[in-house]
Amino acid sequence: MGVNKMTEIIKSVKRTNYVPYRWVYGRDLSRFFLETKNNQKLYGVRCTKCQKVLVPPAEVCGVCFAPTYKEWIPVSDHGVLNTYTVVNLSFPGQPTNPPYAYGLVHLDGTDNLFSHMIGEVEFDKIKPNMRVQAVWNPDPKGDLFDIKYFKPEE
Amino acid sequence: MGRRVAVVGVGMTENKSHWDCSMPALYRLAVTRALADCGLTHKDIQAVSFGQSPEYFEGINHPEKWLAEACGGYLKPVFRIHTGGTVGGSAAIGGYYLVASGMFDVVLAVSGNKLNETASAQIGLGTVYDPIIGRQFNTGAPSAVALQSLRYMSKYGYNEDYGIRAAVQNRQNAMNNPYAQLKIPGYNFEMAKSTPMLCYPLRLADMCPTSDAACAMIFVAEDRVRKITDRPAWVRGTAATAAGVYYADRDWAVPIELRKAAEIAYKQAGIKDPLKELDVVELYNAFSWQELVWYEGIGLCDWGEGGKLFDKGITAMTGSLPSNPSGGTLCANSIGAAAMFRKAEAALQVMGKAGARQVQGAKLSLGHGWGGAIQFHTIMVFGSEK
Repeated sequence: MGVNKMTEIIKSVKRTNYVPYRWVYGRDLSRFFLETKNNQKLYGVRCTKCQKVLVPPAEVCGVCFAPTYKEWIPVSDHGVLNTYTVVNLSFPGQPTNPPYAYGLVHLDGTDNLFSHMIGEVEFDKIKPNMRVQAVWNPDPKGDLFDIKYFKPEE
Repeated sequence: MGRRVAVVGVGMTENKSHWDCSMPALYRLAVTRALADCGLTHKDIQAVSFGQSPEYFEGINHPEKWLAEACGGYLKPVFRIHTGGTVGGSAAIGGYYLVASGMFDVVLAVSGNKLNETASAQIGLGTVYDPIIGRQFNTGAPSAVALQSLRYMSKYGYNEDYGIRAAVQNRQNAMNNPYAQLKIPGYNFEMAKSTPMLCYPLRLADMCPTSDAACAMIFVAEDRVRKITDRPAWVRGTAATAAGVYYADRDWAVPIELRKAAEIAYKQAGIKDPLKELDVVELYNAFSWQELVWYEGIGLCDWGEGGKLFDKGITAMTGSLPSNPSGGTLCANSIGAAAMFRKAEAALQVMGKAGARQVQGAKLSLGHGWGGAIQFHTIMVFGSEK
């Protein structure tokens, strides 16, 4: 008997990769999240060259390639919703079940955009450039969800 | 700019679910088609510029070790390049650099992915976000581009229909492209607008399909070109730019990274008015609104004028500067090959080998690549003349 006739095929094999990780916060995100966890306060850093204030804090200003370490600046937990999306699309492994809204918030006193969830508002009432404010989590863990979400400013 | 370099051969696979074709076979198919296109053999190839997107897509790390031989790279230098969605563009530019530098005379660039081998490409795309800040609520690529699209709409006052119309124009163009995946006879505005809203303001129609594909290009030094082909695509300009995600004053509707790349490439090519001088462009429009945003990025019009340019019909197949005769990334997206398809399509146009999607008399073309959140861009400008 010779080679099999190609009347059938074995199509594919199914496997899964599972790789746990542990991601380091570093100096600035550690301090940032200590403040959100212990004091419900947001802090940014100021570029030593262009003077722009960055939240979340970054150890280097990407535009200037300059350090930011000299100043640690309190910023508001209110701001302007720059843009947003309502997510209806689900996919395996998604951390939050759709539908949900999230967007980019320009916090008062900062020069960049901070991404977070939007809550306490009907989806069709969300508008670009609306004022929003942080709703703090009563059970903070030192991560992004120390803020539950941003809601329309009262 | 180094030595003068031309593309002499292009090889494409169809964009689809290649269930009967392994990853090595897919790469080999693109490479053999590129070699056949210019009458070379794998022995003529001196080095390989290899591209593939995040390993998460197929779950196979370090793919170049698995695929070097399938690309004809046995006992040759094989360099892997990886820049996300731009990888096909970066691999093409890497191949060009290797020849322009004088180190090699004949270099193969090849890039691809098989997105249908993962349960969802969005799982892999979700992992490109910052793990500490941002990954918590993303939805792969669509949610990031939804933010970009809504910012563009609200900043300049465009309604939802502009995205839909851009999608329809590309889908109609794709009917002429044997390598495109989304080819829907009679596709029209009503069909597109009735598709479900997946990530506001993006409907299903505003999004690209999930493809398996590979694309290959052969770059050759000036003094070798005429012996190989009388229809080369000369590389006239090349640029790649990068930026971060959270930098100060970033506006998602204003891709300054792309404008920078365009300015560099136009200077090299001697282009002063791209809208008048270019004959055809291929833009990495994975999502409909990007068609308009990238018009502005490559300087065809001022910021905010992309929709108005579209209104004039200039970028339709019947216009003076057709955009995406292939149907673009909106109709075929393997990610790994998509940015190289843009370069290869642009090259085919000035070679006069684009078949039913040929823009008649095209002499100067541009191929674009996009990747990252919105911040990686590649551009190659090709000319039928040196």
